[in-house]
Amino acid sequence: MMASRTVQHNWNLDLCTYFLNSSLQLLWTHREDFQRIPELAINPLGDRIINAFFSEGEDQVNFRGFMRTLAHFRPIEDNEKSKDQNGPEPLNSRSNKLHFAFRLYDLDKDDKISRDELLQVLRMMVGVNISDEQLGSIADRTIQEADQDGDCAISFAEFVKVLEKVDVEQKMSIRFLH
Amino acid sequence: MAEWVRPAAVPWVPPRFVPFFSDSSWACLPRWATIRIEKGVKKPQPQMLKIPAANGIIERDETPMEKEIAGLHRMEFRFSDIFYFCRKGFEAIVEDEVTQRFSSEELVSWNLLTRTNVNFHYVSLRLTVVWVIGVMVRYCFLLPLRFTLAAIGITSMIVGTTVVGQLPNGSLKNYLSEVVHLTCSRILVRALSGTIHYHNKENKPQKGGICVANHTSPIDAIILTNDGCYAMVGQVHGGLMGVIQRATVKACPHVWFERSEIKDRHLVTKRLREHVADKNKLPILIFPEGTCINNTSVMMFKKGSFEIGGTIYPVAIKYDPQFGDAFWNSSKYNIVSYLLRIMTSWAIVCHVWYMPPMVRKEGEDAVQFANRVRSAIARQGGLTELPWDGGLKRAKVKDSFKEEQQKNYSKMLVRNGSQGNLPAGTESD
Repeated sequence: MMASRTVQHNWNLDLCTYFLNSSLQLLWTHREDFQRIPELAINPLGDRIINAFFSEGEDQVNFRGFMRTLAHFRPIEDNEKSKDQNGPEPLNSRSNKLHFAFRLYDLDKDDKISRDELLQVLRMMVGVNISDEQLGSIADRTIQEADQDGDCAISFAEFVKVLEKVDVEQKMSIRFLH
Repeated sequence: MAEWVRPAAVPWVPPRFVPFFSDSSWACLPRWATIRIEKGVKKPQPQMLKIPAANGIIERDETPMEKEIAGLHRMEFRFSDIFYFCRKGFEAIVEDEVTQRFSSEELVSWNLLTRTNVNFHYVSLRLTVVWVIGVMVRYCFLLPLRFTLAAIGITSMIVGTTVVGQLPNGSLKNYLSEVVHLTCSRILVRALSGTIHYHNKENKPQKGGICVANHTSPIDAIILTNDGCYAMVGQVHGGLMGVIQRATVKACPHVWFERSEIKDRHLVTKRLREHVADKNKLPILIFPEGTCINNTSVMMFKKGSFEIGGTIYPVAIKYDPQFGDAFWNSSKYNIVSYLLRIMTSWAIVCHVWYMPPMVRKEGEDAVQFANRVRSAIARQGGLTELPWDGGLKRAKVKDSFKEEQQKNYSKMLVRNGSQGNLPAGTESD
């Protein structure tokens, strides 16, 4: 499995040993189990994050699937140790991290972020504090700035272009303490 | 040796159940057991024995939302804003501070109780033999003795307080009621093989005050009444507990509430205020967390106790997990199986720190005062502090926290109805 090859020893082992010791020893985890974590429940994008673990139509995730999703947050510099040049791209490469973020916006998984999808995600993040018109204009401006092929939607390539100067590695990584 | 205090008027209770293992010569046993486990495990897994709760397993970035997202005065939505929420969410999934407090603490070295070793599996014959001997000692020898003593203690408390309750109110009644309470409390602590170390006794709660402590188990109350008399506050229960409550309230003015009364907060506050105002009445004992936490941290204190007024005497209670786990996980065990576990542990060893009294300052509201007291208790007991409500054990978190985060984020996008107008193009930070 790609996950077991790309997610290397220390990082994987830390997570494995931690979760074997905690209540996620269960073979399957359901959405409600995630929602019981208070810090996740108060996260405005909590539902989108939980959704990222579950594949289409599934409402339970096993440990391997869980690890695959978490593997996106492995720091990029750990790849220096593995040097698996001929293998497939690791899950925590910059491109895959950006793809993960893209999927958080892309609600219907059609590889495009439409205006409606952006509006829905924005609504999740701001709650009731901004009016529909204002939010609509924010969404319009964002799409206008990023859209290059004029289809009023953001494709993955346009998404990458917009974020090319952002330090994705630092913002989308979780480091374990040793 | 067990430390026990013998006041002049109380009949001598022999310290039969000196915890065998508080002596340093026995302390090598748990260490030996752990070394055996480490050697026996085939794959070297040095991370296994790390305690996640103590230091955290991941590096947490505590940059506040404002600094992380807003950067230099911009008021605009960026696609990269999602990274902040995303990472916070995943950090919470990997290691959240809250739910780990509702289960027992994991120990670094095993104390020969399977209940505290989550990964217990067969390692070697020698270790298993030692463990079996331990089980036999605990269940066949200690348990019957402790059970008998507990029965004696409870019976004498009921009988004693009923008898004292018949007397007319006066100083004799108060004195006798104190004697009865202290004696029975001491018998019950011996029944649990309790070794309690009291610190700073000069700060012991005085009459007319409110004693406030962190809550780990139902036996907290017995631990504290071992050293002084308090007026208990609580709900009326049925069964044996109800009998004890009805008997004790005749001798000593405890404050027991009916179930219906507890919902009426004003009534509760009024009754407690009346009690505190009378300087002859014993100090009230309250556990403001409202539920049992696993003794590694102190959770949010409910502000009700701090609105009553009067002097607050904070007390920190810290159990030594090496000899027995005192935490009551009420969602996993009922009270009977909990008491059985307690009575089949090696001992209950704990430290009680009495702290100097605190009063509410000018301009301080109940919540701030509660937080101040909580910090003091946490610092003294060596516990961490969490702003979360202990009620999260059973209930879902309130939406108001999410709404607050949404509000903070909205402020970064839009200010006073106008949007920022920075140059369009690629994002950078």
